[in-house]
Amino acid sequence: MTPDIVLWLAQDGITNGAIYALLALALLLVFSVTRVIFVPQGEFISYAALSLALLQSGQVPGVVYVLVAGGLVAAALDLARAIRLRDFSALPTALAGYVAFPCAMAALAWWAAPLKLALAWQVLIVMGLVVPLGPIVYRIAFRPLANASVLVLFIAAIAAHYTLQGLGLVFFGGEGLRSAAFSDARFALGVVQASAQSLLVILASIAVMLVLWLFFGRSIYGKALRATAVNRIGARLVGIRAELAGGISFLLAAFIGTLSGILIGPITTIYYDTGFIIGLKGFVGAILGGMASYPLAVAGSIALGLLESYVSFWSSAFKETIVFLVIIPPLVWLSLRSRQVEEEEEE
Amino acid sequence: MKAKFTVVALAAAICAGLAGAAQAEIVVGVSLGITGPGASLGVHYRNAYQLMPKTLGGEPVRYVILDDASDPTNAAKNARKLISEDKADVLMGSNGVPSAVQMAQAAAEARIPMMVLTPANLTGNTLHWSFIVPQTTELMMGAIAQKLKAQGVKTVGYIGYTDTWGDIVYKAIQSHAAEGGYKIVTDERYARSDTSVTGQILRLMSTNPDAIVIGGSGTGAALPHVTLVERGYKKGIYHNHGTVNAEFIKVGGKAVNGAVAVTGPLVVPEELPDNHPAKKVSLDFTKRYEAAFGAGTRNAFAGYAYDGMLLLDAAAPAALKKARPGTAEFREAMRASLEGVKNVVGTHGVYNMDAKTHNGLDERARVVVQVENGAWHYMK
Repeated sequence: MTPDIVLWLAQDGITNGAIYALLALALLLVFSVTRVIFVPQGEFISYAALSLALLQSGQVPGVVYVLVAGGLVAAALDLARAIRLRDFSALPTALAGYVAFPCAMAALAWWAAPLKLALAWQVLIVMGLVVPLGPIVYRIAFRPLANASVLVLFIAAIAAHYTLQGLGLVFFGGEGLRSAAFSDARFALGVVQASAQSLLVILASIAVMLVLWLFFGRSIYGKALRATAVNRIGARLVGIRAELAGGISFLLAAFIGTLSGILIGPITTIYYDTGFIIGLKGFVGAILGGMASYPLAVAGSIALGLLESYVSFWSSAFKETIVFLVIIPPLVWLSLRSRQVEEEEEE
Repeated sequence: MKAKFTVVALAAAICAGLAGAAQAEIVVGVSLGITGPGASLGVHYRNAYQLMPKTLGGEPVRYVILDDASDPTNAAKNARKLISEDKADVLMGSNGVPSAVQMAQAAAEARIPMMVLTPANLTGNTLHWSFIVPQTTELMMGAIAQKLKAQGVKTVGYIGYTDTWGDIVYKAIQSHAAEGGYKIVTDERYARSDTSVTGQILRLMSTNPDAIVIGGSGTGAALPHVTLVERGYKKGIYHNHGTVNAEFIKVGGKAVNGAVAVTGPLVVPEELPDNHPAKKVSLDFTKRYEAAFGAGTRNAFAGYAYDGMLLLDAAAPAALKKARPGTAEFREAMRASLEGVKNVVGTHGVYNMDAKTHNGLDERARVVVQVENGAWHYMK
């Protein structure tokens, strides 16, 4: 192993690690606010990357059907609830969010697909198509179970994952797609050449982390999310609606997933089921960080990316085995340490 | 009372099944993965049945096509249903190897001949009743071995899927190493869903092999190829027959220009030399297929289903002389007759069945193709 190979692998590992770090943040965010282990996180990656690739080739991505149908189901749930409670005050907002916006985005995608707009517009359209799925999934699968145990929420998350993945296969097909690179430029960093795409991944990840940090530190919604994460009942007592906090956390998670998909689409071939594995590695990254601290989750994810990169050089046949094996010691440690917390949770 | 009736009905059904009523037509039971993960191939196979003639060996034929959703359990269920309810004389299927194996086992249990449409590895009694239509991976990779030898390649780097397919291709290229005069120096593995193969590629290139063989399939084979090109690998990159489709070029873009692969004649029938034995049948089928399903829809898979029919067509006359369709004697006669078919020209080559391997194709069933200007072209 020569020094330049060490550097090449480091560059590759950090690029992948940056994506895992984003996903680890999203998983941690959703988990701490709603106690949901958000397994379908990865589906947003696949949906976003495949939608962008399809838009670039002038086709309407099938995700528009998922979005509109999902929005209608969510709106129907809200309508049923409103009728039951005889309280229609929140209904216009729900209809606007679950029906009007998805339909508008779908129409926009239909109109824009054959035009092959500039990349920036296509990215915005993909954002508009995929990100709303976060709150929609929350409304359909998790909000009705908000007070269930972690295990029930986890099972619901698995169900949501299979549903979204199955829909992905139906609407995107079994073959993979690769979107066009944002830029073909390459920079020489010493002996190593870095592609503009991988620099973009790292820069975008840092930017998202900064924005999240500002959001949680400065904005009222960010503080509300943190309050809910620290103590759900206490937060409700001071007037923070758990449902709103849940919705926002899913919105953020979907945004991060979508962004990851858009960033990674030009680097590799994405299949309808690729996102799940990437999301899983984000989860491993979060576990390595103890599933509690954001900076540690980022560090854990970067470490995982590097480990994966070096293992793929040394022993590629055992790569996944080793990558998923490192999760065991932290899990043992976590389970020994956190027995008390879980008992509290059960009440 | 009810139990007694059930027993009687069951006994009657079994007797009827054993005796087997003669039918006025040959029934071919087909199970394909028309939906599910294998659908992108299954649809091609299914399309081929719309182009099948109405007779087999002069006898009217009925194809019963079921969808196994690319699930081996469903394929086994379908096979049993086709045998017991539709009284199939012959089975055909499926587009996934595990599904095809399940069907072949059901067919062997019921003593029904089966045309296997994927390169499945079968042995014993299962192989006794099954006939494998596609080329074996060893046969296909032999063409790559010849190319490597012609190029004077001494060391080969291998990177393939970390699954059965990766192993099968590795073993196939390894089996020709002695005659090809090359040595495989690395065996790297990756998964279709990997976001990066940089580590494996750096490892491959650190041994500086004369050529690289990729054991992927379809779009999944593009990632290592693109990474190799990005890292400045300039020598030959070779692919197996699982990679040859239009999507591979779409995903790989400019980077995969010059990629060499082996495939069946059906991919490039127009460019074949006029003396190629399969050219006429292959070209004719491609024209009919594209007329029915649109220009550019050609693929190797539909040809396997069609060739399966051609083999049945060649075997049927001898079997029809011995027994009527719908009887056990006819099924046994079909099996014996299929085992002996000679010089059947299909879309993929010339079939000469032999009793030992039940796979009739030879070197004429493979062509080497290369990506030039965004399309696969015949390579001399």
